[in-house]
Amino acid sequence: MPVARSDIAVLAVVCLATWGAVPVLAQSADSLEVGRKMLAEDNPGELWVQRGERLFHDQRGPRNASLEQCDFGMGPGRLEGAFARLPRYFSDTGKVEDMESRLLKCLVELQGLDRGAIIQARFSNLDRASDMEALSTFVASRSNGMKMDVRLEHPQEREMYKVGEYIFYRRTGPTDFACTSCHGDEGKRIRLQDLPNMTDRKQMQAVIAGWPAYRGTHSTVRTMQHRLYDCNWQMRLPDLGFASDVSIALTTYLNYRGNGAVIQVPGVRR
Amino acid sequence: MAEPMKIRATLQGDTADVRVLILHPMETGQRRDGKGELVPLHYIQSVLVTHNGKAVLEAQWSQAVSRNPFLGIRVKGARVGDKISVIWVDNKGDQRTDEAVVAPAS
Repeated sequence: MPVARSDIAVLAVVCLATWGAVPVLAQSADSLEVGRKMLAEDNPGELWVQRGERLFHDQRGPRNASLEQCDFGMGPGRLEGAFARLPRYFSDTGKVEDMESRLLKCLVELQGLDRGAIIQARFSNLDRASDMEALSTFVASRSNGMKMDVRLEHPQEREMYKVGEYIFYRRTGPTDFACTSCHGDEGKRIRLQDLPNMTDRKQMQAVIAGWPAYRGTHSTVRTMQHRLYDCNWQMRLPDLGFASDVSIALTTYLNYRGNGAVIQVPGVRR
Repeated sequence: MAEPMKIRATLQGDTADVRVLILHPMETGQRRDGKGELVPLHYIQSVLVTHNGKAVLEAQWSQAVSRNPFLGIRVKGARVGDKISVIWVDNKGDQRTDEAVVAPAS
């Protein structure tokens, strides 16, 4: 994928804030751990899996079709373990794609829904739900218990990984932030929010294992696309395009670095 | 039409541990939408939990309960295979009934 310099300025993304892996004070981290466990046991995100499953099988859109023929790389309709291998190269589009970009393609091509409208409603807010969030949660949950296993076999996958790595370390924008400004050292935090050091494989795996995640502060499930979008915004960069090459390059880098993480979605985050 | 609840009921000794996830906006009546208009009150008013048809919990909720609420209760004297049913009704008259069967402890 050719990447012009001007594009790269828009790329850098920071801060996959999670319930951090780095305790600031051992005691406070332990008591937070109790709360996290309780949230994980009764995760409202499970309701998004239910809704996503229904949306996946229902006949919808102008074509009155289900998404059962949607191909996430394991063949049409095969969801088991598909998310664990994404992003990957797809010969039908000639591009490296992640889960959300594949869903977008299927919603448009199989169901005949309007691409612009889907992108506009990609993230829910307090006034309306998002089908994309529910569908992503359902599709990802079909890889639960499996290990993240992004392979970088195709030259384009390796290129996306390289671009993602470049963005991850490159400082940019009005705050001169890189992802690593917040996620490159041990023991950093924002307020009481521990920040994972994502140059550490274990901590990266803890991040990757739990997205999409139910975010308590948003009262909804958010996807990796939203996490990256939000980080981008927090760095005061121009909006990150949904399912853009930039977002997929970063996801390729992050997921590959998180390989081996046992997927358990939806996760629970602050 | 309200979304289905997710109900888990597992037996621990002679007690069923019942955990209910509910999808509901639980509007407080004080939030403003994107256009600056007040979003009207919309919250679950009453909740009824029954064990084999017998009421074990009747609750009156208010708008102080969170969005997408979680309800956890313990039902004494339950056995594997018993029916736990949950009914909620909100202030707009919308309601939802779902049922679960008590499962053995895993």
